[in-house]
Amino acid sequence: MPLTDEQRALRETVADFATEHLEPHAVHWDQTKHFPVDVLRTAAQLGLGGVCVREDVGGSDLTRTDAVLIFEALATGCPSIAGYVSIHNMVARMIDQYGTDQQRHRHLPALCRMDTLGSYCLTEPDAGSDAAALTTRARRDGEHWVLDGVKQFISGAGTSGVYVVLARTGGPGAAGISAFLLEPDTPGLSFGPNEVKMGWNAQPTRQVILDGARVPADALLGGEGGGFRIAMSALDGGRLNIAACSLGGAEAALTKAVRHLTERSAFGGRLADAQALQFRLADMRTELEAARTLLWRAADALDHGEPDATPLCAMAKRFCTDAGFDIANQALQLHGGYGYLTEYGMEKLVRDLRVHQILEGTNEIMRVIVSRWMLREAA
Amino acid sequence: METMNIVVLIKQVPDTWSERKLTDTDHTLDRDAADAVIDEINERAVEEALLLKEAHGGKVTVVSMGPDRATDAIRKALSMGADEAVHISDAALHGSDTIQTAKVLASAIRTIEGVDLVVAGNEATDGRAGAIPAMLAELLGLPQLTHARRVEVEGTEVRVERETEDGITHLAAELPAVVSVGEKINEPRYPSFKGIMAAKKKPVTTLGLGDLGIDPSEVGLAAAFTSVVESAPKPPRGAGERVEDQGDGGVRIVEYLAAQKLV
Repeated sequence: MPLTDEQRALRETVADFATEHLEPHAVHWDQTKHFPVDVLRTAAQLGLGGVCVREDVGGSDLTRTDAVLIFEALATGCPSIAGYVSIHNMVARMIDQYGTDQQRHRHLPALCRMDTLGSYCLTEPDAGSDAAALTTRARRDGEHWVLDGVKQFISGAGTSGVYVVLARTGGPGAAGISAFLLEPDTPGLSFGPNEVKMGWNAQPTRQVILDGARVPADALLGGEGGGFRIAMSALDGGRLNIAACSLGGAEAALTKAVRHLTERSAFGGRLADAQALQFRLADMRTELEAARTLLWRAADALDHGEPDATPLCAMAKRFCTDAGFDIANQALQLHGGYGYLTEYGMEKLVRDLRVHQILEGTNEIMRVIVSRWMLREAA
Repeated sequence: METMNIVVLIKQVPDTWSERKLTDTDHTLDRDAADAVIDEINERAVEEALLLKEAHGGKVTVVSMGPDRATDAIRKALSMGADEAVHISDAALHGSDTIQTAKVLASAIRTIEGVDLVVAGNEATDGRAGAIPAMLAELLGLPQLTHARRVEVEGTEVRVERETEDGITHLAAELPAVVSVGEKINEPRYPSFKGIMAAKKKPVTTLGLGDLGIDPSEVGLAAAFTSVVESAPKPPRGAGERVEDQGDGGVRIVEYLAAQKLV
């Protein structure tokens, strides 16, 4: 799959941006749990606020294949920031794809500028992988909907200006779920404390608490009962982008490892001259290239609406996030004790990439999606 | 002034972060030895032209002389927001000196109608002659306002803060004029994704020497006024002098600097 001149330029531009604006600060942001909203606004000037959003509302209207190149390049500077930008883009794209004209024009221009940030609220304290079992309730009250429930692990919560909230408007199961757009001034909406977590510290993670949260009827996104389908279809693209973020983090880790082995000497020679370590590097690079090839294949399938796009996105998410974590972890090992020191930026990459195996659907759920599709095809 | 018709000169140069060298045969730049990028100072020239266009309306045309692969540098300027480009490419130009280059650029600029302002970087990171803007102004019969750290256009007048080692000078001239900009002028923008996607559709006119009415014998290495007789790589940096601080470090550093006549 050869890249076009434009795709190469997109990738180079974002890589330059990541090198200048993310990488030099990434460890500090991680250590201080700083969410650099100002840097996100600068990123939005490139078009990162609405990568796959249509142009009439300020989006860049790029393909999924373009997007994975962009997110991989962004993550070389900081997977935590790139991961958040991916989630923001998932929200923006959902509104672009399923919103009314009024909803699109109300939210998307500010989301594309990243003057407003977005949060995706599906998971609940007691409903993670089994998302269709969610219990947040939305009931109709005249010209309003009133929402009650708690959303868990919500990236950007407390800072965001738009929350896509999945809630039950009907009976049990997927068909009873609808999507709503909430704004921060909604009465009855509040947020939990910033979670203390292993990685992804350059962005806040909080509970979103809905206690009789009252929104106008036109806050419904898509049709009543159509929420689960919207939420799942958004995850196809979200998974590609998170997979790309893993590859970007792994690429950064591998670059650091190669440099370290070249510069460090032991037992009378450069580490890079030890064949055992050379072979390790070769395997890491091979894994990374294999993962990238699968990712591009999945992105291309989603771009072209191929029938196996969803299982391919799940395969790519599983494979890339496993490979990304594994490569970063090996790169840490190759750094010896220095890899364990925060200052060298290696342990942060490992911590950041670990969660990619869990979020946007755990890698176990990816296997469920793939095997279900296989068995259905065979039936 | 209604709107501004601005020309920006750009040059593709070897990346300053990669190893740069001259060819063994004719001491011209070995363009294949290093990554080629748009010269950083030219990005600032493009940025300044775009700021002027945004303030006054109008059009920005990029003009570049260089081999085929200079299209990458041209595309970068177009993706930043320049409207169109003129690419002068001709094998006979290989090894041209600054005077020949200025003549060719002047001829190319004359093909563009109603130019109000020519913006250039004050010097390129490869040759570092720093003479092209002045030569060009002379050939075009236009005022030259070089080493600008600030540019303003009001009505038909361009005003510039010129910064050199001699200090800051305030210059003003009637348009059309030639302005060269220094490192401090601005921070160039990143190309936006939309800009990158739009760049390919923007018109690029490629001109050879024949299109400019220039005889190939007037340009190139053989006809150059200057010739490089010999070249040698920069000697590696020496180890330097080490001062161990035993409570008198500050005094000894000053003594060292004084001995070098630096203080």
